[in-house]
Amino acid sequence: MRLEAIKDILQCQVLTGDLDLSIEVDTVLASDGMSEILAFHTPGALMITGLTNIQSVRTADIADVRAIVYIRGKWPDEKVIALARDKNIMVMATEFGMFDVCGILREHNMKGAM
Amino acid sequence: MIVKSEELFKMVFTVYGHNFDKAGETSTEIKSILKGLEIDSDIIRRAVVVAFEAEMNVVMYANIATLSFVITDEGIHIEVADEGPGIPDVEQAMQEGFSTASDEMREKGFGFGMGLPNIKKNSDFLKIESDVGKGTTLLAHIRINSNA
Repeated sequence: MRLEAIKDILQCQVLTGDLDLSIEVDTVLASDGMSEILAFHTPGALMITGLTNIQSVRTADIADVRAIVYIRGKWPDEKVIALARDKNIMVMATEFGMFDVCGILREHNMKGAM
Repeated sequence: MIVKSEELFKMVFTVYGHNFDKAGETSTEIKSILKGLEIDSDIIRRAVVVAFEAEMNVVMYANIATLSFVITDEGIHIEVADEGPGIPDVEQAMQEGFSTASDEMREKGFGFGMGLPNIKKNSDFLKIESDVGKGTTLLAHIRINSNA
């Protein structure tokens, strides 16, 4: 599924600006535990998390995650967004919670990495 | 660190405990170095997961550590020697889900008892020696060449 379509169905705001929304992702890593993301890492995955600190982006980078969706209306600060931009990781934010985000993505045939 | 085969590259980093803002910077640098070499991306990913989890353990529990990163023709060698509280029971600490992390560490996304299991899962060789009250030394090897 294209990141642009994910942005629309999750009613996301894109925080990293001009990164490429045409990129396709088909696997989702969803957790607030960063070691859990690393335990099931799948290159090019979409990461869903409520953790907005700098380690969320560092973990995404280590795991070769393609894009992050922050949930529950939580926004990372500018330093976190800047690191994501530097690492070429798309960052979006949605008001939906973890349950709804995963349910919506599952309805659109996205699969979990775990 | 004892590395039997010839060292092609070596770099030593200092990792400071309790500094969450900087946590992960060393592993990010190691990833950049490895990406500049002709090494399989899956091997790079495994090596940086090992480095990152080990680095986070230092940040969460220790005061300071030396992280040595060596590449030989056989593989990637990561040694992390910290000055910290040590691990009373290494075997127990290796079990998935076991954790002595504080609520503060968990709020930062770590300390769910998966760090050491992740290191083991991504290493071809792992040795942990710990002296309670003094510190812990972790040595991990990731093979580059499957015949090595």
